[in-house]
Amino acid sequence: MGDNGKTERVLEGSEAVALAIKACRPGVISTYPISPQTHIVEALARMVVNGELESEYVRVESEFSAASVLAGASAAGSRSYTASTSQGLLLMTEVIYASAGMRLPFVITGVNRAVSAPISIQPDHQDAMSLRDSGIIQIYVESSQEAYDTHIAAFKIAEDPRIALPVMVCMDGWILTHSYERVRLVEQEEVDRFLPPFKPIHFLDVNDPKSWGPIADEDLYMEFRYAIHDAMQMGKKRIKEIFSEWADISGRDHGGLIEAYRTKDAEIVLIAMGSVAGTAKDAVDHLRTGGKKVGLIKIRCYRPFPYEDILKAIQDAKVVAVMEASFSMGSEGAIGLDLKAKLYGRSKTPVVIDMIAGLGGRVITRGTIYKIVEQVEKACESGAVPFEPYWMDLKPEVLP
Amino acid sequence: MKIALGGVVRGGTSLAYETGTWRDRKPIIDYDLCKGCGVCEEVCPDNVIHDVNGVYAIDYGYCKGCGLCAYECHVNAIEMIFEAK
Ligand code: SF4
Ligand code: SF4
Repeated sequence: MGDNGKTERVLEGSEAVALAIKACRPGVISTYPISPQTHIVEALARMVVNGELESEYVRVESEFSAASVLAGASAAGSRSYTASTSQGLLLMTEVIYASAGMRLPFVITGVNRAVSAPISIQPDHQDAMSLRDSGIIQIYVESSQEAYDTHIAAFKIAEDPRIALPVMVCMDGWILTHSYERVRLVEQEEVDRFLPPFKPIHFLDVNDPKSWGPIADEDLYMEFRYAIHDAMQMGKKRIKEIFSEWADISGRDHGGLIEAYRTKDAEIVLIAMGSVAGTAKDAVDHLRTGGKKVGLIKIRCYRPFPYEDILKAIQDAKVVAVMEASFSMGSEGAIGLDLKAKLYGRSKTPVVIDMIAGLGGRVITRGTIYKIVEQVEKACESGAVPFEPYWMDLKPEVLP
Repeated sequence: MKIALGGVVRGGTSLAYETGTWRDRKPIIDYDLCKGCGVCEEVCPDNVIHDVNGVYAIDYGYCKGCGLCAYECHVNAIEMIFEAK
């Protein structure tokens, strides 16, 4: 482990992200403000104005354009970055699908926020889930420190020629973007050594004209789509290597595709993504003190879905409770769907129970997690695994 | 042939793709009526009508059969013939 990250500061999460982006030296930053993402791009704007960061800072008129600028800049051979949230990410969707198909590496901070209607500016993961199938890599972070570290790794992941896909670093709005935390920064020279200038495989060049992603009919379309999936699947190994390379430099190891927390010998395993993992770890510690064999899997990389690592970590568990901060209307939570699909048909699999918790910023305390564990135990005792997920702390009395 | 990452293709490759197979109607120029004005050459979105030795000729390898040339021809010298395939 290196002895770096000596520069320790108390920073707002957004500021920590902006400093990470600055250290990555993006050639192009496109921005369109939307809460709770605004502080990130404002901080970057200040850096550009003050001459601390040399970058083409493009203010656009919508998130659709913000994403389009990234695609164009990336095709032109520039390292490029933007941040968005909620409706903004939804507006980017079409361009993200196209960019993944054109294998354009760039990085987006997906500040997680609920989606309308009704309007809510509070955090949940529904916005990022709208991009679930697009081909963008999604990595979720628990803390501002992890956000700082992960953004730097994200560019290296995106630009790896074996991967060549856009990456979205997802962080919960307000809880992470607007709270202050101790963050250790890494020296610029270390970042430069870890992340050399972007070397595109193809780039727009007037002397060698090219088109990106033109038509592919029934004879080749499937192969292009398979190639994206294959890059993600094969990319898992590379993502882990890049994370551990950065862990060696920074002296901080946040885990691989997942972080397994006290899952060894755990009978009940919780699964969570994002900032709630911190609360869940506290709850697990408390429950362990009380003699309950509980553990937690924090999913860091959601796409590609790290089922191999999750399956290994839950192989001895009796039951897995998935905490979902998003919901596929008419079905259930996305993580539960992914996990059950991979478990089906295998022998000796744990029961998976879906727990919808925290939509629209509904607060999740340790108490909520104790209730989740109680609920799961009850379901196990009765032997009746519910088809429908539990909606934690739902107020049925106010339903229309 | 291997597909390129991201579907990147170099310029000029559209020549290899004969889009004429997309057509279901074929423009036929009646040279008894044609005045040689060149309007069809101007309007053809696929740029497949050209003056070949003083006669406007259509390259059917790439003509998609949109019918713009027939619509714009002032003397109705172009007829669109249904090509069932
Ligand atoms: S527009 Fe009609 S008249 Fe003019 S060149 Fe074409 S076919 Fe001939
Ligand atoms: S039918 Fe359309 S594509 Fe074909 S020659 Fe006429 S204008 Fe061009």
